[in-house]
Amino acid sequence: MAVITDVVCPFCGCLCDDLEITVEGNEIKGAKNACAISRSKFMSHGENRIRTPTVKGKEVSLEKAVEAAAKALASAKRPIVYGLSSTECDAIARCVELAEITGGVVDNTASVCHGPTILALQQVGESKTSLGEVKNRADLVIFWGSNPPAAHIRHFVRYSVTPRGLYVPEGRKGRYVVHVDVRETPTSRVADQFIKVDHGGDFELLLALRAAVRGAKITEDISGVPAEEINALAKRMKEAKMGIVFFGLGLTQSDGRHMNIDVAVGLVAELNHHTKFVLTPMRGHYNVAGANTVTTWQTGYPYAVDFARGYPRYNPGEYTAVDMLAKGEPDAAIIVASDPAATFPANSAKHLARIPTITLDQKVTPTTMLSDVVIPVATAGIEVEGTAYRMDGFSLRLSKVVEPHGGVKSDREVLDMIIERVKALKEDA
Amino acid sequence: MEDLKIKGGYVYDPLNGVDGDAMDVLISGGKVVEKVGRDAKVIDAKGKLVMAGGVDLHSHIAGSKINIGRLMRPEDHRKDVVPRTRVTRAGVGYSCPSTFVAGYRYAQMGYTAVMEAAMPPLGARHVHEELNDTPIIDKSAFTLFGNNHFTLKYVKEGDLEKLKAFISWLLRATRGYAVKIVNPGGVENWKWGKNVGGLDDLVYNYEVSPRQIVTMLAQANEELGLPHTIHLHCNNLGVPGNYETTIDTMEAVKGIRPADGRKATVHVVHCQFNSLDGDNWMNVKSGASKVAKYVNANEHVTLDLGQAIFTDTTTMTGDGPWQFRLWNITGNKWVNSDVEMEAGAGVVPYTFKKDNPANAIQWGIGLELALLIEDPWRVYMTTDHPNGGPFTFYPTVISWLMSRQARTDLMREMNKSVLRRTTLPNIYREYTFGEIATVTRAATAKALGLKDKGHLGIGADGDVSVYHLDPTAWRPSMYRDLEKSLARAAYTVKGGEIVVKDGVVTATPLGSTFWVDSKIPEKLEAEVMKEIEADFDKYYTVGFRNYPVEDAYLPTGVRMETKGRWAR
Repeated sequence: MAVITDVVCPFCGCLCDDLEITVEGNEIKGAKNACAISRSKFMSHGENRIRTPTVKGKEVSLEKAVEAAAKALASAKRPIVYGLSSTECDAIARCVELAEITGGVVDNTASVCHGPTILALQQVGESKTSLGEVKNRADLVIFWGSNPPAAHIRHFVRYSVTPRGLYVPEGRKGRYVVHVDVRETPTSRVADQFIKVDHGGDFELLLALRAAVRGAKITEDISGVPAEEINALAKRMKEAKMGIVFFGLGLTQSDGRHMNIDVAVGLVAELNHHTKFVLTPMRGHYNVAGANTVTTWQTGYPYAVDFARGYPRYNPGEYTAVDMLAKGEPDAAIIVASDPAATFPANSAKHLARIPTITLDQKVTPTTMLSDVVIPVATAGIEVEGTAYRMDGFSLRLSKVVEPHGGVKSDREVLDMIIERVKALKEDA
Repeated sequence: MEDLKIKGGYVYDPLNGVDGDAMDVLISGGKVVEKVGRDAKVIDAKGKLVMAGGVDLHSHIAGSKINIGRLMRPEDHRKDVVPRTRVTRAGVGYSCPSTFVAGYRYAQMGYTAVMEAAMPPLGARHVHEELNDTPIIDKSAFTLFGNNHFTLKYVKEGDLEKLKAFISWLLRATRGYAVKIVNPGGVENWKWGKNVGGLDDLVYNYEVSPRQIVTMLAQANEELGLPHTIHLHCNNLGVPGNYETTIDTMEAVKGIRPADGRKATVHVVHCQFNSLDGDNWMNVKSGASKVAKYVNANEHVTLDLGQAIFTDTTTMTGDGPWQFRLWNITGNKWVNSDVEMEAGAGVVPYTFKKDNPANAIQWGIGLELALLIEDPWRVYMTTDHPNGGPFTFYPTVISWLMSRQARTDLMREMNKSVLRRTTLPNIYREYTFGEIATVTRAATAKALGLKDKGHLGIGADGDVSVYHLDPTAWRPSMYRDLEKSLARAAYTVKGGEIVVKDGVVTATPLGSTFWVDSKIPEKLEAEVMKEIEADFDKYYTVGFRNYPVEDAYLPTGVRMETKGRWAR
């Protein structure tokens, strides 16, 4: 029995790096320090695995599956590469290259979660920080449209609410926690104050707060929040030693979308005239930040990148997977580490079933079920090393704790094989 | 790889006293050699300018800051797209080029080594990932120290030996090459929304001054015998009147005994931004002549220009409070990024305009520094890419240095402030080709302690640039031809391999990444590691063992071992 320490969890954007994984033979027997979701990912990573590559449901060799994938992609006029956020950075880089050599589009799951956050950043910027600054300094923590107990289980303990920091030695007692949301959630129960905002009323409330911070006195209720509560929160924000807003999909995927973030960024920027204030998106998939980061350094753009003209172009809404599929544009797709058939609108998912779709995954999903080519791959962060970027943009090294189940190859290796074959097929043509 | 004979060019190799002699450069096994085989490939360089590959000692090409710049500026990319070719990857250019394009474009100008000037330790892994995607050129990255918790702690305790041990450890952990300092103390105070106003202000909680931080880091740096001096972004950057702080800072490290083999104890970066006189942006004027006068009289200082270019660019520094100030001046979009326990950064797009009086003065200051400082071995050509402007403007900057007419022609189009509030119109000096080779290659390589770079002597790296330019026929009135030739090298040779021909990239090897391994006495190392680990467990959000950059991130790493002077 071996205990591997300092293991990074490949589940959510928290990238907790203090896991202790117990391994016996090639089996994981325990996952200390892991949250419930993380433990489940580690303990059952071997269950329901896809056993062999398939082409149109028939079991084939890896080489045959790769050949079928390469043929579909090399002959496509408008291929799309999608997913990326739940694998390591080397594989992500291969996805970008695959889109480039096929003249296709590469998009990642940010386009259906924090894409609007990035759009706002491109308009007005963002004042952000690494999570340790929150632990060490923040005495005012605001969760807005986010619910860590459900999605980022150890966030409170490691970063934002209870940890004792350099200038917050009291831990929880040294922080005032506010939760803003459309309904009460487990986060509200932890918070010192819950502010219930009307559905679709975030933009107005943020704008009112910003006005109050600028010195305006709010005299009427906004989005269901009493005027005095808004004025008081603005005062509290200005008087904080250091404050942070952790926002989630409640802000990015509700009415207003990127405009909500735009005004939140403006509020936070305004507060910097008074004190230290920052905001950080609660990124979901453990390496969605890495998908954005790698795609940006290679192409200049974070997602929704089109190579049809040989150089990268960017246009969310046009080159985003949901939109392209809904329009019926792609004539081939390769899905890496994602399950769009389960998460996309029906129209978009249906188009995936109509075109040659290739999927690289560990387990059977709705997407693998509609795919023409399915290639089983190893799990990054459990069976393969690699890099992942935490929600605050800092990267850590993922561990390999066991050998790949059934000796399957990694995303990167399979993508390398496909790229090599696509290049050869393109040369021949 | 076949041997190479670069035949008959006019060679400028100031480190070896070669000043435009027509001669051959021979390369075998990636190095400059005395003899090559008879079947060596011949590059006909007759009538052409030949120099060692360019060495840029201050640029922002990899890591979180430049990537934030890329991320926030799709509008920057749209005007400069780069399609894929059979040899090269697709990408984008202009002020925040994608990694591939940055490598290609440096090589196209004949540059073969570029230093990333600011690496936040926690972001070191990211920096190295990007460097590994930056083809052709050799690289290194400078680790940020000036606002690090452990730096401030050991400065406060006045424990030089522990500071030296910490520096050695952090350089190793981040695979860094030099000690970078950005607005010492100011960035820590920015974490409370404040700054420092000068050398003797205090850092909150630590109660130490920028003066103490800089002098102690410089002292430690020299005792460790690191290849490069401290690499310092002074306090008060961008604040009119800051030339005084700059000179005070230089003076503060004057008495320090330099490491063996050099006279310098400090390199002051992008000095243009730190040579402003006046009280505010209305009456700002050049303080360059005062800075130059100090530098001329004091051998312990080197500096680089941070030349301003009239274009739309993206400013990015580890100086959070300055970027906040710049956001307030411009109203442009602003990204701030703080890094726990150690650093921070900010990014703001900026356009230098000819008709803006302050910008015209800034343009003049950079050139004044270059032309008023007499010793070209101590003043280096940079734009602080992309802060003063993209590195792709280097050929233009060189044309300004070499041609008074180029300067005058441009000054005619500019705000008259450049005539009245700088001394540039009265400067007649024009750089020679030998001096250009010095400020872009020989001197930068020397300042970095890269002994095999920046020259073409036997044993030097086989990094050579050949330009379509006959230096014997060139006159300063031909400055546009000069710009054109320098922008597209006839040949760039990297490690003996032709990587650029007639301005087109022909091969994309992955260059080396240099890092410094400074040995710490065993007992001291154990003691300091214990302290560092204890604070790590309490205050960082990544584990102590997950913090150092793993070897996997340095597939082409080159370790440079140094042995310092230790008192215990």
